[in-house]
Amino acid sequence: MAKDINQADREVVISIRGLRNQFGTQVVHDNLDLDIYRGEIVGIVGGSGTGKSVLLRTIAGLNRPAAGSVDVLGIDVLSADQDDMVDAGANWGVMFQDGALFSSLTVRENVEVPMRTVDGLDPKIRRALADLKISMVGLPYFAGDKFPSELSGGMRKRAGLARALALDPQIVFLDEPTAGLDPIGAADFDQLILGLSRSLGLTVFLVTHDLDTLHAICDRIAVLAEKRVLVTGTMQEMLKVDHPWVHDYFHGVRARAALDTKTAADVATKD
Amino acid sequence: MKRGTVTRKSSQDNNHPPFDCRFSRPYELHIVPLMTETVPSDIEITSTDAAVTMTLRGAMTLPYVTQIVAEFDTLPMDRTVRADLSGVTRFDTSAAWAIASLRTRLETAGQHLEIQGAGIGPESLLKSVTDAMPVITPAPVVAGGLIEWVAAIGSSMVDAVTFVLELIGYFGLFLSRLVRAIRHPKEFRLTALVHHCQEVGFKAVPIVALMAFLIGVVLAFQGSTQLKQFGAEVFVVDLIAVSILRELGILLTSIIVAGRTASAFTAAIGSMKMREEIDAMRSLGLDPAATLFVPRILALVLMLPILGLIANVMGLFGGALMAWIDLGISPAMFMTRLVNGTDVSHLAAGMIKAPVFALIIGVVGCHAGMQVQSNAESLGRMTSSSVVVAIFAVIMADAVFSIFFAQIGF
Ligand SMILES: Nc1ncnc2c1ncn2[C@@H]1O[C@H](COP(=O)(O)OP(=O)(O)OP(=O)(O)O)[C@@H](O)[C@H]1O
Ligand SMILES: [Mg+2]
Repeated sequence: MAKDINQADREVVISIRGLRNQFGTQVVHDNLDLDIYRGEIVGIVGGSGTGKSVLLRTIAGLNRPAAGSVDVLGIDVLSADQDDMVDAGANWGVMFQDGALFSSLTVRENVEVPMRTVDGLDPKIRRALADLKISMVGLPYFAGDKFPSELSGGMRKRAGLARALALDPQIVFLDEPTAGLDPIGAADFDQLILGLSRSLGLTVFLVTHDLDTLHAICDRIAVLAEKRVLVTGTMQEMLKVDHPWVHDYFHGVRARAALDTKTAADVATKD
Repeated sequence: MKRGTVTRKSSQDNNHPPFDCRFSRPYELHIVPLMTETVPSDIEITSTDAAVTMTLRGAMTLPYVTQIVAEFDTLPMDRTVRADLSGVTRFDTSAAWAIASLRTRLETAGQHLEIQGAGIGPESLLKSVTDAMPVITPAPVVAGGLIEWVAAIGSSMVDAVTFVLELIGYFGLFLSRLVRAIRHPKEFRLTALVHHCQEVGFKAVPIVALMAFLIGVVLAFQGSTQLKQFGAEVFVVDLIAVSILRELGILLTSIIVAGRTASAFTAAIGSMKMREEIDAMRSLGLDPAATLFVPRILALVLMLPILGLIANVMGLFGGALMAWIDLGISPAMFMTRLVNGTDVSHLAAGMIKAPVFALIIGVVGCHAGMQVQSNAESLGRMTSSSVVVAIFAVIMADAVFSIFFAQIGF
């Protein structure tokens, strides 16, 4: 899956420099640097509580860091005022760890919410487009009329993705999209993200613990440890890193199983 | 061959947002979202007898899709349509949807759509969108009419009766858990009870005291202006004493507590219900009625009489103060008159009501909390409804008490 494009001449869409995040005395990030290029799927991994969700929220402008700069699509997220952020919000979509759908709106209305910011969009068209997004993320038509509480966990995740994609953003942030899905559902979801990313030219910032996802769709992996991005690189490069945590992560029992599946799948497609 | 040519510029002549700002302020992305790098879409339609040729140019994106669809709707459905996308600079899902629905319409009319000049990106997007086009199953139409109307009235009557029955059920639940708590004192959550006593009782003292004081002042003032006309100023003491001790002290306290506490009970229990915490408690073998309802309702039953007593004292104090200032009735005289002229049964008649009102407020608040569904809106709805129902029920119970006391001559 690794693309052999020289990173030097690729457009940087997210650039983070010297980021520091702190809650009281607990320092979550310190001097964190990260670049993300247009069109790639980046998997962010790290132990529980290493601040993956916090990093995501910071880039999306939902959390104010103590220091550092965050530049998304040429906008300095930290100095942008409220109006700038609202408008720029059309350029990225966020799917939260627990869905965060509006509980008093149906799924269709949830997907329509971001579209309401577009002036002069005919409500009938808006509705039809919401139905399309719902169907694109693999939900049946009737799901549109349901409330989030009436959906299963996996369906809620898909609905969250549909809402994140409502405005055809250039970047989507996904927080553990496949957590809590059955293996088939998770594989479907991986393919869905990959397909959407390729056909819409999406840049995907993906927080995940799912090794299969990392193998299957991530162009690049960034490891969050020791309060910063420890290494970034392709899966092959990760396997060679000899930092103890990284080594354990990518060489553990589960990692090897995922690798075997992946190799088997590759062999199967080559035949 | 005749070449009937229709050329229309679609976007500029309609009331279109100005877009020349992109030249003057190229780096500001926030002027109009999604309209940042390219000219808006523009459709040129040339029709011949055999086919219609559309040349699409510019950004085909969400802000323009309404116009694009309107333009597509004017196309004749009786011949092949050729769409040339080579001049399209931006193409998003909404545009792909517009083209895919046009294709569906043409195909149902027995024609087809030919697309030329789409790049790899739009091509693959168009394909994914076409594959994902939802199959719309129309919802069944509900017939309206007299029968539905009558049925709606009937069902709301049934709802009202069920509601009252449920409240009685909750009251029973509270009693049964209370009895169990008395029989197994070790299981009783004393800490929770103390906490709730502080929340519903202690923290309500300032507002209740202030309210009662002001009511006493108002009563003395209004009463004195009326009674002065008959030279019966001194009866203002009886007026204040009877009305505060019998009715106003406890009733107004209950109304304030209903507003403060019923809503707090509903919000606390409701948000636990919303986040499945109640289910979690059940699965851990904790009984929500015993752990949540009993400490709350019991705290109210213990605290409301005390609050009522504080209200009585403060009301009399306010009245005495005003009587002194306005009518020159000295505090000592007020005291003598109060002790001699007011029977202690007035105080009893007021205080008897307190535990009943407390039960009403507590049960209504807890019941409403358990009715919250898993959406934020129902939490708000149930919270406000619990306050309204609690106040209404308290006033109704007060009326019943008044009639009852009048009948037995208490
Ligand atoms: N609003 C907050 N206030 C205080 N501390 C916070 C807050 N949000 C996050 N933290 C702390 O920051 C750290 C990182 O949290 P974060 O949610 O980013 O973890 P994570 O890497 O996403 O973990 P997981 O994989 O379990 O989702 C945690 O220790 C958490 O306690
Ligand atoms: Mg997280």
